Amino acid sequence: MTAIVKHRLFWPAVVLVLLLVSNVFFAPRFFTITLQDGHLYGSLIDVLRSATPLALVALGMTMVIATGGIDLSVGSVMAISGAVACLFIGDLSNQGSVGGVLLAVGLALVLALVAGLWNGVLVSVIGIQPIIATLILMVAGRGIAQLLTGGQIINVSSPPFRVIGAGYALAIPVSVIIVAVVVAAAVLLIRRSALGVLVEAVGASPTASRLAGIRARGLTIGAYVFAAVCAGIAGLIFSSNVASADSNAAGNLIELDAILAVVIGGTALTGGRFSIAGSVLGAVLISALDITTYTIGVPAETTLLFKAVVVVILCLSQSAAFRAAVFRRRRTPAVTPAAEVPA
Amino acid sequence: MGDPPILQMTGIRKAFPGVVALDGVDFSLRPGEVHALMGENGAGKSTLIKVLTGVYDIDAGDIRLNGDPVRFGGPLQAQQAGISTVYQEVNLCANLSVAENIFIGREPRRFGKIRWSEMRRRSTALLAGLDLHLDVAAPLSTYSLAIQQMVAIARAIDVSAKVLILDEPTSSLDASEVERLFEVMRRLKRDGVAILFISHFLDQVYAVADRMTVLRNGTLIGEYATAELTQMQLVTKMIGKELTVLERLEEEPREVAADAPREPVVEAHELGRAGAIEPFDLAIHGGEIVGLAGLLGSGRTELARLLFGADRPDQGTIKIDGKPVTLRTPRVAMNHGIAFSSENRRTEGVVGELSVRENIVLALQASRGWSRPIPRRKQDELVERYIKTLGIRPADPDVAVRNLSGGNQQKVLLARWLITEPRLLIVDEPTRGIDVGAKAEIQRLLVELADGGMAVLFVSAELEEVLRLSHKIEVLRERHLVGELDNTGGGVDADRVMQAIASGANP
Repeated sequence: MTAIVKHRLFWPAVVLVLLLVSNVFFAPRFFTITLQDGHLYGSLIDVLRSATPLALVALGMTMVIATGGIDLSVGSVMAISGAVACLFIGDLSNQGSVGGVLLAVGLALVLALVAGLWNGVLVSVIGIQPIIATLILMVAGRGIAQLLTGGQIINVSSPPFRVIGAGYALAIPVSVIIVAVVVAAAVLLIRRSALGVLVEAVGASPTASRLAGIRARGLTIGAYVFAAVCAGIAGLIFSSNVASADSNAAGNLIELDAILAVVIGGTALTGGRFSIAGSVLGAVLISALDITTYTIGVPAETTLLFKAVVVVILCLSQSAAFRAAVFRRRRTPAVTPAAEVPA
Repeated sequence: MGDPPILQMTGIRKAFPGVVALDGVDFSLRPGEVHALMGENGAGKSTLIKVLTGVYDIDAGDIRLNGDPVRFGGPLQAQQAGISTVYQEVNLCANLSVAENIFIGREPRRFGKIRWSEMRRRSTALLAGLDLHLDVAAPLSTYSLAIQQMVAIARAIDVSAKVLILDEPTSSLDASEVERLFEVMRRLKRDGVAILFISHFLDQVYAVADRMTVLRNGTLIGEYATAELTQMQLVTKMIGKELTVLERLEEEPREVAADAPREPVVEAHELGRAGAIEPFDLAIHGGEIVGLAGLLGSGRTELARLLFGADRPDQGTIKIDGKPVTLRTPRVAMNHGIAFSSENRRTEGVVGELSVRENIVLALQASRGWSRPIPRRKQDELVERYIKTLGIRPADPDVAVRNLSGGNQQKVLLARWLITEPRLLIVDEPTRGIDVGAKAEIQRLLVELADGGMAVLFVSAELEEVLRLSHKIEVLRERHLVGELDNTGGGVDADRVMQAIASGANP
């Protein structure tokens, strides 16, 4: 029991459950999931569906943060990827052609990959601080997307493209399946190979890692490329769901939600140890929070405030010092020595 | 010494989950004395200090300052009450100026604005009192570790002058700097400051301490006047058994195994790097331990780093097995069978956040590349073997390395390199800041490795240690390699090395 309580994902999970349960008081059928026309419907499904772009972005962000960096450009990469795909599809003579859509998806992902390469090279070859290096693409990338779409919203009516963000397979939303597959593949690749531990070593101590013979450059570039490709997929899901490319709205401020999701998941911004499961949980939690504000009818103008309050509670619940102060009345809550084997 | 103690700790008990760190420990400190706290790593010295300064809460016992019972909520409160601590690792901000470091958090102000000139003036005066003449406006990082340590002490003295705790202050200082520090300590002593001194160097303890308290495994062994206890008795009390390993090593003849190949494993010719080390020639053979002797700042570490590709030489050549190579990065050096254990084991050695297992396999994994992970069973086997051989405590492969004591971290670092089966092992200060027992074990291990045919480059500030282990001693002076002394058979003594260092020539 204590092992469960001490698990770093225990408190975020508790907050998630509380959030979901609180919805029932306002919407009694919140937990009801029905099968209509072979599709699963229900608020819980909505929570998962709306979490998909964020979960992907947070997955990529996790790896970048683990290397000790940060990627602010993910939202812009989402916008570029959606814009490119929609432009390409809009130019197709037959928007319903599966081959054409696959080509559009491939093109968008290749561009995302190039964007990631750009970030990675700026950070690890040229040596610009990650926050500045990715700020460049954050600003420029959205500009590029707007340039591509001519400042307009590009609408497409392509059934195959619609499937990515709004389709169902085996009664489950396709976007959820995509995220599940990407996350599973990433976990397998990262934890079954030595990537995970090497990235953690580089993030936790670059100097020691170098002297242990780890080549950080490739790992760092890889992390930024991975983050950008994840953002690219997220951009496709987003734009497919609304059947259009909106360069202003796509991925707007999602980098901040993604960083929050990663931190909720227990990965420190200083790099090192990371938890992919934690970041996904964090993304679901943020999505649940958004949906909860609608269900319980928080007035639109106070939505942000409501979110902020929940985030503060969440962060407090994760703080060992705060928990100690609340649950055991201690003499000096400010002093919480790291659990340490005495030297 | 009839003064009443300024600090009195009685019956201190502190337990951590699974281990009792302190059990019924008494300790008292009088004004105007230097009191050494002695014990192996894990004896409870650091815990006692942390308990005293309020980092940890105590489970039982009584702490009295000037006769009044006290409990501090943290180092800051302790400091306000007059107890300052200077730690082994310099705890200052290297990017701030010397003056800022001395006055950080208590800057002289007027109308809320910092009075910079006043701050610089007072810093200069304070340091001058320690016979240090520095540009106090320069960033702390422009000064050597030794000077930084002195600045830390200056700060501590200025903050509060009643009780000064020096936790391993000398581990990064060379002989002359240590002497300077002792001067400062003696002066403070005359001013009535009570000094708690921790050091692994027994000679230093005997040079400066009036009394000592010995701990072992968290229990009090006793309090003694320094003059009444011989070093041998002290060591016996600290480790609780006769120190035979060291003595055995002492008697063993240092002879290279007869069948050792005479082709050098590594041969450097005119190798050098501007500002780090002047061009030098050096050959290291399999089966021999080559010691680097020299004062702090003489270029010992710089030389070692060139041989590992940690820094790039700007001239000269390196041959490995007679073939010229370019060691562009540590990884390239590793591929040639070279291993390097850094002197800064916390920042350049182990990765504190990772587990013992992950740290031990890190270098091997790095050389295999990310796509070929070491199978878990192989990892377990390697890690278990080295935890056992090197006696790493706690013997738990999954505990984070930062929770280990310095000596055990060093062993983890050595294990990391030993599993790569290197041909040349470069160890920079492997025994710094670790206790007598672990030190002897590491020394014995190096001798065994050399006997097994490995080439070892041994860097240490402790001359005795270099003399005891090395077949050949390279003497460095002011970034020049000034001489080579053949020590097979143990013909060289400290005087001869000191002479070489002093005169800059091979006597």
